[in-house]
Amino acid sequence: MNTGITDKIFIKEFCLSYGEKQILESISINIPQTMITAIIGPSGCGKSSLLRCMNRLNDLVPKAKVEGQILFNGKNIYAPDVDVVELRRKIGMVFQKPNPFPKTIYDNIAYGLRINGIKEKKRISEIVEVSLKDCGLWNETKDRLHTSAFELSGGQQQRLCIARALAVTPDIILMDEPCSALDPASTFKVEELMVKLKEKYTVIIVTHNMQQAARVSDYTGFLYMGKLVEFGNTDIIFTRPREKLTENYISGHFG
Amino acid sequence: MAREAFRENMKTLEQDLISAGDMVCKAINRSVTALQESDVEGAKKTIADDQLINKKRWNIEEKCIRLFATQQPVATDLRELITVLNIITDLERMGDHAEGIAKIVLMHEGQPLVKPLINIPNMAEKAIDMLKRSLEAFVKRDDKMARVICNEDDEVDLIYEKIYRSLLSIMIADPKTITRATYLIWAAHNLERIADRVTNICERIVYLVTGKMEEINVSNY
Ligand SMILES: Nc1ncnc2c1ncn2[C@@H]1O[C@H](COP(=O)(O)OP(=O)(O)O)[C@@H](O)[C@H]1O
Ligand SMILES: [Mg+2]
Repeated sequence: MNTGITDKIFIKEFCLSYGEKQILESISINIPQTMITAIIGPSGCGKSSLLRCMNRLNDLVPKAKVEGQILFNGKNIYAPDVDVVELRRKIGMVFQKPNPFPKTIYDNIAYGLRINGIKEKKRISEIVEVSLKDCGLWNETKDRLHTSAFELSGGQQQRLCIARALAVTPDIILMDEPCSALDPASTFKVEELMVKLKEKYTVIIVTHNMQQAARVSDYTGFLYMGKLVEFGNTDIIFTRPREKLTENYISGHFG
Repeated sequence: MAREAFRENMKTLEQDLISAGDMVCKAINRSVTALQESDVEGAKKTIADDQLINKKRWNIEEKCIRLFATQQPVATDLRELITVLNIITDLERMGDHAEGIAKIVLMHEGQPLVKPLINIPNMAEKAIDMLKRSLEAFVKRDDKMARVICNEDDEVDLIYEKIYRSLLSIMIADPKTITRATYLIWAAHNLERIADRVTNICERIVYLVTGKMEEINVSNY
């Protein structure tokens, strides 16, 4: 990759299968640090599976088998001595549907902190505030921190989930279709937020909305039937892709 | 990139465009001065520097294409981007016209001008003034100002006519001047085309502000 760009995650000849079914075939990508990388591709091509492999959520799937490596800070996250809880703290995940806990706004963020051993009340309140501010949610919620998170709008709930992910100081934030349940205005807000987040974090977003990938990301990978067709600078992918398959997909000339 | 970042990018693009306009004004001014003073070195420099204008154009165009492809601009954002793309094309061509004038200095091959220049520098001054103000109208999104500038093209056409007639009489009086007098007509014609392209820019500004495409002033030449 270009000079001056540090890579944060190295995915090396990574394969995933669920039982007999091969889902991902020898994927190799270097994910650049403090950038937004988007993975695009049609439904079922394996985007979510790839993302979930990056913080080992696929461990929960019976008969899941992986080959190859995903290196994070130089270490294979599938090595036997990896602490998966710690890994998931470092690599946070935001899902498609906003999934706040059935708790207050405050506790949605405080919960993860307590689990991670932060007990001091004052410290917890500080982090809650900073995380909500980072997500542009503080002004909207500071007077109702102790009301249920379900009273927030969909867009606000999604930003709360991002705040929750940020509170435990991750390095990387994975987002799986984070806007597909949101209206356009909330979508733009979450996109603004993503761009802001990359000042501090490495963001990886999976989306079937390629316009969104074009708008927000610095790098784009196109996944098709479990294979990585093309990976590169977003500007280049959307102006002069190397592969005909990529061109057909992004211009909607598929099938 | 999000909307905020898109606005930032548009601002940079606008600044790029203004600095390209600046380069073109300087090129026109330098080429006419070189012609007036039969300054071969000055002319060569203008010719060489046209490459910089061309480069700037490609750079701006590339930035526009990237924004089209990745930001899906609509409404005003879309018209802005189209306008930048159109203006830079006109600016680049104006740079070529300035280069054309500089080449006329070289075509004289050391021979003197058939007459001292008065109207050509006036015409250049008028064209440069129109160009500068058209870019100001773009920055201010001022369609009224753009319309006013468009109509000033008639003044340029009038000077052109004057130049044409006076060179014609010189040729009739002394056929040995025909070649060099023709060169000067070419120089004036380059300036006339530059002013026409300013009217293109003005029409684009009207489109940007009002959304309407219209031809405001049809040139006589
Ligand atoms: N838990 C699972 N068990 C078996 N197959 C699965 C499981 N999850 C996903 N798949 C299959 O893996 C393939 C890729 O799915 P997914 O990663 O969700 O695609 P995408 O996110 O690109 O839509 C699909 O064929 C899907 O049916
Ligand atoms: Mg998915």
